[in-house]
Amino acid sequence: MNEIFIAPFVSNEYMRLALLAGILVAVTCAIAGTFVVLRGLAFVGDALGHGVLPGIATALIFGISGIIGAAVGAVVMMGGVNLVSRRYKLSSDTAIGLLFVGMLALGVLITSSSPKFPEDLDHILFGESLAVKPTDLIWQSIALLIVGAIGVLARRPFLLMSVDDGLAQTSGFNVTFFQNLMMAMIGLTVIASFQSVGTLLVLGMLIAPAATGVLFARRISSMMLIASVIGCFASYVGLLISFHFELAASASIVLVAVSIFAVVAVATEVKRSRNLRHDELPHQHEHSHAH
Amino acid sequence: MPTETISASHLSIGFGKHTVVANIDFTTTPGELIVLIGTNGSGKSALLKTLSGMLAPISGSVTVLGGDPGKSPRRVAYLPQHPISSHTLPLRVRDVVAMGRFAHLGLFGRESNQDRKILQTSLERTGAIEFAEKSLRDLSGGQQQRTHLAQVLTRQAEILLLDEPTAGLDINGRKLVAEIIANERARGVTVVMATHDLSDAQDAAVVMLLAQRVVSIGPPDVALRDEYLRECFGFTQPH
Repeated sequence: MNEIFIAPFVSNEYMRLALLAGILVAVTCAIAGTFVVLRGLAFVGDALGHGVLPGIATALIFGISGIIGAAVGAVVMMGGVNLVSRRYKLSSDTAIGLLFVGMLALGVLITSSSPKFPEDLDHILFGESLAVKPTDLIWQSIALLIVGAIGVLARRPFLLMSVDDGLAQTSGFNVTFFQNLMMAMIGLTVIASFQSVGTLLVLGMLIAPAATGVLFARRISSMMLIASVIGCFASYVGLLISFHFELAASASIVLVAVSIFAVVAVATEVKRSRNLRHDELPHQHEHSHAH
Repeated sequence: MPTETISASHLSIGFGKHTVVANIDFTTTPGELIVLIGTNGSGKSALLKTLSGMLAPISGSVTVLGGDPGKSPRRVAYLPQHPISSHTLPLRVRDVVAMGRFAHLGLFGRESNQDRKILQTSLERTGAIEFAEKSLRDLSGGQQQRTHLAQVLTRQAEILLLDEPTAGLDINGRKLVAEIIANERARGVTVVMATHDLSDAQDAAVVMLLAQRVVSIGPPDVALRDEYLRECFGFTQPH
């Protein structure tokens, strides 16, 4: 048992680093993801994941850190969405869709211009969990601290905005500012996570654990806690699957997280129908008496 | 403290440069109920949003509690039309209602015993106490509306701006809303309510009939005359 569940981490430094990175990503994604799910911003998360691609690719061409490139990509993406939706009065969905495919296409063009890039493109899109360096952990820790601080400090306006923007505004909070802050928080989460799970799969870590928390928790703190635990567990199990079966680590982690959601969703449904049947029983009893 | 709680003069409202209703003139005093009646798109919600500070006036002037709209969030509470998020929001009713205190607490204020007492009273007054521990998305439309109404009461405001507060409520729910409005008015709160339902206007001091313009304004027996109703809705009330 020890050989299966613990030894891979004890005897391999890259596995320990990957697990630590996975835990940091899981907690960061749990905080941002809970607000993403409550406010219905999954599409923005997805778009940001793709929108950072040209930034990272350009940074790699010039030998700059991919994190800086991703940050520039995220700013361009969200600035573009704001500009298109406000200037041309298009719905934010349309604006996000436009920028999303535009940035993705630009990213693919940049990466296809270099023979070295196919391998790099794989790493950008699907992450390199097993190649995490100690410096990556420092960046991820800083990102977690910032995302955590935003989550705590802006908790009230974020909660009001999850009900109705007008409610937040009439409660004295500047909705435009807090909407941009939420976008910055999601952007930072994507940037901090792409090394571990990749820009394509980061959405899985952002949405799946948080959506699972939302299935059976009714308080925001419980949702975040459950999402963190599920994300950490998915990282651990995903890395073990990857180690023992020689499968892609990031995809394994995300697949475990999504599978947990599926299992919990089915269990919740079964429990709900049992409760419903239980509630109906007294009526059936009365009915049989009437006959 | 001004005797006028809301004052609008030659007010034109709308979205951006598009005027929905022009030349609105009215004033309200503490404890007064003003009911806005009209079909969809008549300008009721736009007027409430202007009074709450969400929409800028296009022209004319409007003051709320002596200042610009939106400048007194602790003293003005707004109930939006049934938010779509209600169907998916997993939060507890108790926590949704507690959000009504956020205008007072700001970003960092700590919830006091007084805040908790106000929350409890609001839950009890609206009957939301019965399902306070449930998730908002698991409730019926009427229960969700009671939750949002409880949240508005939790603000302890001097002006209530209510956008169709009786929508989705059964006869008991409607009675409850009328009772709550009467109680709020008794403690000096000005209530501005948008509705489709003419029966909501019976206790109003002032009724404003809207059809992308002010068709009529005045006490119910004046503002709801047959000729105005015909102009607004194309039908009259049965006598």
